[in-house]
Amino acid sequence: MIIAVASGKGGTGKTTVSVNLARTVGSHVQLLDCDVEEPNAHLFLRCAETAGDIVTIPIPEVDESLCNGCGECGRFCRYHAIVSFGSTPLVFPELCHGCGGCALVCPRGAIREAGRRIGVVETMETDGITLIQGRLDICVAMAPPLIRAVKARVSNATTTILDAPPGTSCPVITTLRGSDFVVLVTEPTPFGLHDLRLAVDMVRELAIPFGVVVNRMGVGDDRVHRFCREQGIPILLEIPDDRRIAEAYSRGELLVDALPEYGSHFATLLWNIREFRNGGGK
Amino acid sequence: MKVAFTTSGNTLDAPMDPRFGRAEGFIVYDTDSETFEAVDNKQVLNSAHGAGIQATEAILRKGANCVVTGHCGPNAFKALSGAGIRIYTTEAATVSEALEAYRAGALPTMKSADVEGHWS
Repeated sequence: MIIAVASGKGGTGKTTVSVNLARTVGSHVQLLDCDVEEPNAHLFLRCAETAGDIVTIPIPEVDESLCNGCGECGRFCRYHAIVSFGSTPLVFPELCHGCGGCALVCPRGAIREAGRRIGVVETMETDGITLIQGRLDICVAMAPPLIRAVKARVSNATTTILDAPPGTSCPVITTLRGSDFVVLVTEPTPFGLHDLRLAVDMVRELAIPFGVVVNRMGVGDDRVHRFCREQGIPILLEIPDDRRIAEAYSRGELLVDALPEYGSHFATLLWNIREFRNGGGK
Repeated sequence: MKVAFTTSGNTLDAPMDPRFGRAEGFIVYDTDSETFEAVDNKQVLNSAHGAGIQATEAILRKGANCVVTGHCGPNAFKALSGAGIRIYTTEAATVSEALEAYRAGALPTMKSADVEGHWS
């Protein structure tokens, strides 16, 4: 089963929920850190790093001796990563999504593809948890291909938890697509509710069953709860605004290890998610 | 000779827009016929990446030979240079002042990008 942990708003506790959920599953669990612009799940899991795999995307290289400047490549590319002003085209590698379309439409066969490094995928092991994280290179803006490379390591034999990037844009869609259940983490504040609404719209569009975890219960107001009630969205877990949680977090400790009384909360969350699936997604 | 000015208006009195790729629009002035045309750049303004490249395509479609602007990022510079468009910089407040300075030959040309790309 693939469980994705996402949120509209950043800093609501996606990683906290992800790593504690992974520890609660116990063994035969994969944790995929898909927040490739700033992977941080490793901070909470003491693991020795194994070798990383370099990830590249194909970008066009133009053979000037074959190009006649017809401009077909530039007219095809919707990202303006290759443009022709009546001469040999210019390539802007950082805008290229690596689709290969320019090479396909070139009537002269003047375009071949070369790999451009965008980041690495690193695999680590700790206490029954396999942590796989993507790390995007500095100055690279193209997260989805790296996220797909991370997700290519999903094993069908284990429970897989995906720690998604914040927001509702392409990197998040790339992470969520193909998962069996989405946990949306929010906080009970107007800002939390605003971005929760966006995230709910996104997950409904993707047609994936989902529920909400409310973190930092006790701050803010009850509007998130009213919204969930009106929309018929299950609240799977409430995590209180407990200073001890912040202290454990700041030491890089897992909540379920540092404060064992929260172990049953996460066990309930996991049970709720699995139950949801077994119940046919009611 | 057709000269593109980056501007937020559509008359010669309009203020210059110091940005190139994300300028609100352009005035393409034809020095032979002493006429001009206003070109909207709003669609480019709203795109996430590649604004400088699309803006280059837009002024090229209008037959511009050179551009007068405030600043130019790396992609815009590469695109403009590749298209053979000369880049002049100015701090003039209005299009007509910039045009005056262009005619007087008082504008320096840009030799490299002078601002960072928008994602770095």
